[in-house]
Amino acid sequence: MNVGKFSDFRDGVRDAVPIFLGYIAVSFAFGIESSKIGMTVFQSAMTSLLNVTSAGQFSALEIIEKNGSFLELAVLQFIINLRYMLMSAALSQRLDPKTSTLHRLGISYGVTDEIFGVSVLKKGGLYPMYSYGLITLSVTGWVLGTVLGAIAGQIMPQRLISCLGLAIYGMFIAIIIPDTKENKSVRAVVVAAMILSTVFAFAPFLSCISSGFRIIIITVFVAACAAIVAPVKEEKDE
Amino acid sequence: MSNVYAYILLMAVVTYSIRALPLTLIRKEIKSTFIRSFLYYVPYATLAAMTFPAILSATDNHISALAGFCVALILAFNKKSLLTVAGLACATAFIVELFIH
Repeated sequence: MNVGKFSDFRDGVRDAVPIFLGYIAVSFAFGIESSKIGMTVFQSAMTSLLNVTSAGQFSALEIIEKNGSFLELAVLQFIINLRYMLMSAALSQRLDPKTSTLHRLGISYGVTDEIFGVSVLKKGGLYPMYSYGLITLSVTGWVLGTVLGAIAGQIMPQRLISCLGLAIYGMFIAIIIPDTKENKSVRAVVVAAMILSTVFAFAPFLSCISSGFRIIIITVFVAACAAIVAPVKEEKDE
Repeated sequence: MSNVYAYILLMAVVTYSIRALPLTLIRKEIKSTFIRSFLYYVPYATLAAMTFPAILSATDNHISALAGFCVALILAFNKKSLLTVAGLACATAFIVELFIH
């Protein structure tokens, strides 16, 4: 089994610089949001260190704030982060089949959209050492930004904080919208999910459903419909 | 807010399991077209549902939020980077709020 050399670790750290910068910006917004609901700096930092998932962490804030049920939180995290399963499965194909379970568990910690994106694009085989380099710097940025944001959330003027609340949604938009340009099915999924989400938010009766379950219901329904109507062909391997 | 750590640990366990199970267990490619397709569409549906209409309440003012949303849509559609889209959406909202107040 070849886990890679120290130079692979260094390559990983180098390739993680853009992720590091991006993560500081996004987790800064998370830090602000978490301080808004009354979490301490330490709690925010632990959330980021243990989860490393932007959409998951942001969505969890609402449940924590409202003292929602553990079941709701668990199901929400499961659905929102389900995409990591596909990424994880794809990454497993890139590893040396002899890679030990311990290293597989180590790489698992850092499966995020961005780290996955860099890992699968890596030429040649994927060595655990390279992944560890990527993960080390990326998570440093993720936690650092969270801490800075959580502190800033307590001292920054309200008007500035108010505008930074858009950062996370800006990031979501930057992730999903570019693919709607060429891919009609993705466009239909995005538009349908937004319309349904609006209906759920304002329609009588439906608006009683908590936002967490609203996202779960819409995701499962829209993604399942899309998978039936427009199955993804083999070459769109993501 | 008393059991914040319980929430944090629970979500960490769920999220980590999702990541670890395929990497440790699945060594063959997923064959089912339906599951592959479903998982392919999941992030788009989730993020879209999370973004709208919640983004309209993200700032203190619906108009500044709407302006930021439009700017983000246009920039993202033109494939600008994540930082550019997020940063300029915030800047737009900030400028709009300056005029409103």
